[in-house]
Parts: sequence; C-alpha cells; structure tokens
Amino acid sequence: MPRPFSPKVVTANDLIEGDVIYMARNGSWVRDMCMAWLIEDEAEANTQLARATDEPGIAVGPYLADAAAGPTGPIPTHFREAFRATGPSNRFHGKQTQQSAPEAVANV
Amino acid sequence: MYDYNNFDESFVRNRVAQFREQVGRRISGALTEDEFKPLRLMNGVYLQLHAYMLRVAIPYGSLNPNQMRQLAMIGERWDKGYGHWTTRQNIQYNWPRLSDIPDMLDALADVGMHAIQTSGNTIRNVTADHFAGAAADEVEDPRPTAELLRQWSTDHPEFQFLPRKFKLAVTGSKADRAVTKAHDIGIRIVKNAAGEIGYQILVGGGLGRTPVVGQVLKDFLPREDLLPYVEAVVSVYNTLGRRDNKYKARIKITTMENGIEAIHDLVEARFAQLRPLFSGVDQEHFANIAADFKAPEFKTASLDGYHAARDADPIFRSWSDTNVDDHRADGYGIVTISMKAHGATPGDASADQMRVLADLAEEFGHGDIRISHEQNVIFPHVHRSDLPAIFAALRAHGMATANAGLISDIIACPGMDYCALATARSIPVAQEIAERFDALKIEHDIGHLQIKISGCINACGHHHLGHIGILGLDRAGVENYQITLGGDAGPDTVIGKRAGPGFAYDQIVPAIERLVHAYLELREDEGETFIDAYRRLGEAPFKAALYPEEDKTNAA
Ligand code: HEM
Ligand code: SF4
Repeated sequence: MPRPFSPKVVTANDLIEGDVIYMARNGSWVRDMCMAWLIEDEAEANTQLARATDEPGIAVGPYLADAAAGPTGPIPTHFREAFRATGPSNRFHGKQTQQSAPEAVANV
Repeated sequence: MYDYNNFDESFVRNRVAQFREQVGRRISGALTEDEFKPLRLMNGVYLQLHAYMLRVAIPYGSLNPNQMRQLAMIGERWDKGYGHWTTRQNIQYNWPRLSDIPDMLDALADVGMHAIQTSGNTIRNVTADHFAGAAADEVEDPRPTAELLRQWSTDHPEFQFLPRKFKLAVTGSKADRAVTKAHDIGIRIVKNAAGEIGYQILVGGGLGRTPVVGQVLKDFLPREDLLPYVEAVVSVYNTLGRRDNKYKARIKITTMENGIEAIHDLVEARFAQLRPLFSGVDQEHFANIAADFKAPEFKTASLDGYHAARDADPIFRSWSDTNVDDHRADGYGIVTISMKAHGATPGDASADQMRVLADLAEEFGHGDIRISHEQNVIFPHVHRSDLPAIFAALRAHGMATANAGLISDIIACPGMDYCALATARSIPVAQEIAERFDALKIEHDIGHLQIKISGCINACGHHHLGHIGILGLDRAGVENYQITLGGDAGPDTVIGKRAGPGFAYDQIVPAIERLVHAYLELREDEGETFIDAYRRLGEAPFKAALYPEEDKTNAA
C-alpha cells in the first residue's frame, strides 16, 4: 500500500537574506511558518514546488517539508524544520527574535 | 609576516570585481542558482540553514592586528557582531546578505585577505602548526613552506576542478599540532642524518565518513623538490581520483583503491617529468618568503612581577599553568587564549573581543596572532613579564578561561544550529558539557582530555580524533549522539572506536559524566590522562560506565 501523503509546506531560502521563507496560499513568500500554506494534496504540492523552482529571483533551493496543522498555522514535524523556523539554539538570532515564531514541534 | 605584493593585490581585487558582477547577475535573475552556485562556492559563499555564510581563509592561521581589527569591523558592519573560528583556520560569518558580500570581500582585500578556494573542489586554505616560529621543539618554522604552497596553489589552473576538495597541512615539529596525518597531503619538516632540512610527505589522510590516517609517501624530500613533488601528487590524483562517486573521490580512497605503492610509482614518474620545469626560481622565491617570517626581536625583562602575580593570584597562576606553553626564547611563553568560556559557543569571537585581541597583540605580542585548529586564538610570542597585564585584559572580556587542553576546550562544528548538512546539533552539547564540568569543579582534576563533536558524518569537528568523540545523528527524527573512544590528534593520529549505541540529546551529557567519573576511579594516579588510562585498560571498563544497564544484564 502506498504511504498516505503527509501535508507539506513549500520552503526555501530568500535570495538576498538567505532567510528561510515559505510559500503562502496566494503563492507569495512569507517569513513566518505559521503563515505558510499547508498543502494536503500531493499533486498540488508538486505543482507548487515546480512553480517555485521555476521562479527565479526570490527563492533559492525550494523543497517540500513535512508539516502539521498547529493552533495558528503549520508547524514543523521534524527538528531540522523546527530550527529553520526559529533560528539557532546557541544564540538568540534569526527568526526567534521576531514575535510569532512557532513554539512547538508537532508530536507526530 | 608575509604581506601581499602587487600581484596578489591585483589578483584579489580582480576577483572581487568579477564576483560583484556575478552577484549582480544573480540578483537581477540573469543567473540561476545552478549557474551561480559554483561561482559563489569558489568565493567562499555557502547557503546554510538560516542565512548565507562567508568563509574567509586565514592562511596557516596567521593574522596581524590590523587584519584582526578588520575582521571585527566586517562582523559588526555586515554580520551580527561576531565571527566563528574553524578547525581549518578559517573564520566564518554566519549572517551576511548576498548583496553585501562583495563589499565584505573588498574590505578583506584592504588587509590582504580573501575567501578564494575556501570551498569547492580545489586546494583549500593551507594550514600549519599554530605555534609556528615559537615552539621549543621545532625543526623549522612551517609558515614559509605553507606560504610557498599557498601561492603555488592559489588559482593554479590545473587544479581548479579536482575530483574533490584537497587539504594541505604543514608542521615543523614532532608534536604535530597541525594534524598532518588527517590531511590529503601532510608535510612534516624534518632533518635527515646529514643534518639537511627537508620534508616528509604523507598522503591520503582524511576524516569524513571514511576516516583514514595518512601514510608516508616519501620519507625525505629535499627542500628544492617540494613544489614539483606536491604538484606530481595532486596531478596523479587529478587523473586517478574518482569523479563518479563523491564519497569515493578523496585521495584517501584513491590511495586505498590503488595501493600506496602504485601511487608512489605514478608520483615518481610524474615528478620526473615535472622536476626539470622548475628552474629554481621557486627556491629564490622561498628565500624571500622566509625572510618575511624572521623572528621578532625578543626582549629581556625581569620576571619578578610575573612570579609575584603567580604567588598572589591563584586564578592567574592556574591560567598561566594551563594556557601558557614553553617558548623557544628565554622568558617567553606561548599564550593560548580560550575561545571556550564555559557555556559559550566554541570558537565564536565578538567584534569587541577581536579588537581587544588586536590591541593586546600589538602591545605585548609582537603583533603576531594565530588561530588554532582547536578554535582558539594564540599569541605565539609573549614575554612572561607581560602575562599579568594580558590576563587582566582578557579577563575583562571573557577570554581568560583557564581550560586549554581540558575537557571544556571542545572542538565543535556548527552542526544543526547553522549547517545545512547537519543531522544534529553540536554546539549546545559542547556548551552543556562545559557548564556541567565547570559546575562540578573537577575540570582541572580531570586534566588533559579532548572532546570533539561533529553534527554529521562529514566530521568537520574531528570527532574521530577526540579522546572522546561525539557524532550527532538523526535517528528516526530525533537527535542521537554516538560516542567514539580512544581517538587522538597527536603525531600518531588514532581514529577512535565506536563505543556502542547512541544517546538521546538529554542523555549525552550524563553519559559523558559517567565516562569521566569512571576514568577518575580507574586512573593510576593524577599523572595518568584519560587517553593513557584508556590505552592501558582498553575499552571494556569505559563501555561498562557508558552502558551500566547492559553490564548488569550481562552479569546476571
Ligand atoms: C557550511 C558549513 C560546512 C559545510 C557545508 C561543510 C562540508 C563538509 C563536508 C561535505 C566534508 C566532508 C568532505 C569529505 O569527506 O569529502 C567536510 C569535512 C571537513 N570540514 Fe567541513 N563543512 C562546513 C563547516 C566546517 C567548519 C565550521 C569546519 C571547522 C570547524 C570544517 C572543517 C572541516 C574538516 C576539518 C573536515 C574533515 C577533514 C576532511 O576529511 O577533509 N567544516 N566538511
Ligand atoms: S560535520 Fe556536518 S554538521 Fe558539522 S559542519 Fe560539517 S557538514 Fe556541517
């Protein structure tokens, strides 16, 4: 039996800042994971990834990352994505210095 | 110290101008990431987890105070006010904006520095013993040799697209603080029976997923044969090295697959072709370089103040015992400035700290600063009478931790806090180990013990060579830490052995603590270090300490 598709976000790094970015539902790029588009459908995820890959000038190295629905938007399901969504753990730098960084990693 | 000549200067400036255009084309959309990536890597620009990273070469780890001040300025102006010293004597900036990097490179060029060949499949920054020119046990200062190799390898047209990265290290002393046996080519300056100085050439060392200790390729190479010989080795590798599989592409694998004898024969044949092409100009040039590295004028001064300070202040005494090594000149010492304050990120230095270091080196250190592969800063030439003043200034800026060579003097790679290749974090593990043993107040009792941590199999943190090595892995979506025991970065270079199953993030520090307590119980006396005890007793008692449950089950 094929494994069921787990929800994804399209994520990449910003061309100039290098900061982690996510694709929002309207196709624009946002800095904040909870504003990302949690894509539940595999074909849609692949379409959006292809679109991101084709769009030069903003997103570097787009890929699909597993995510889950959290209280205020998508949250990461793997610790790597949790670090990307918050910033380094040894210094208070990166996204965690802005207010709305996700606090929890989904327990799945 | 070596200063750039006109050729170096214009080469570096042209390269910055070229890269500025490339960045412009990338930002305008004229270049795709696939097209741009090899160009940025040639200039030391990576894309990490949260931002770009700029890796700047510090050739053989040597800096002058102005360069240090410029590194501080760059960190403050274009980064987040700090930089990170690495095991390959580079500095990495973790937060630059792509559009600022050309300006950063221009600022580096202003002080004779660059980021060329700090990435990619080229000959990387040539590293050397950080005690060069100061060590009491030195045959010769390795820096002129390293500088000659740097000039030869920079922009060498034949070696810009090697099968894989290629690393050279040079040492001039038996103690081998440059870990030459873990490099693609290791160069040891030696004296033969006739008293002539030449080179022992090691080949095929490397860490990464397949750690290999380098082997002797040539026991004694006359000085004037160095460049043609090294060129022969790289050229043989360039044709033989595997480009089909990047995990088999390093020269360590080429050497294993073909055998050292075959490599030796091919190198000798290639050397015979190349030797006549080197007319001796390189040797005249070497003599000029060597003149740039002449020792400073050592002073003489009374040591009374130094001894009085030692008697009066136990903290100073402890620091000067732990962090000051013997120097070849009377009254002098080599100072290791710890970049490992308990709980700090190993190898990070703030812009303020860098400026303090620059000022101190200028005032007390003959203007000479080194970065060690252990991620510390070294003042190679300090008269002991100046140690109390240096210590006071370091202390005021969080750089006076007396832990050189001790359990909290940990090498840690950036790991999952920064690195896109990481499978787990390494920095917080280092921070917690340091804080734990500081709280226990047993660090000095434990004595010499090297812990080295990597956040993935690439082994940038030298974990294979730690007396205790820690490798962070991703096991089913959680961080898991594997321990290796018995590694050693000394002249013999020993790869550690895996102790057994890994530990969860919250179990790794307790595991290290059990290990260290076992050592304290097992050692013959205070003079027996961890690694000596391990060698005497073997792994069994240490494994028993790491896996107490298993031990009980087996005994039952
Ligand atoms: C963006 C960050 C980094 C990346 C992408 C990176 C990548 C790698 C890779 C892929 C290898 C394995 C090479 C191989 O086995 O063929 C490696 C090895 C190594 N790196 Fe890094 N590295 C990074 C940061 C660092 C840092 C911060 C240091 C110093 C603290 C470092 C020093 C080394 C050393 C000493 C080795 C092992 C020696 C060897 O086998 O050549 N690297 N690195
Ligand atoms: S060992 Fe792995 S995690 Fe650490 S810096 Fe190297 S590539 Fe990154």
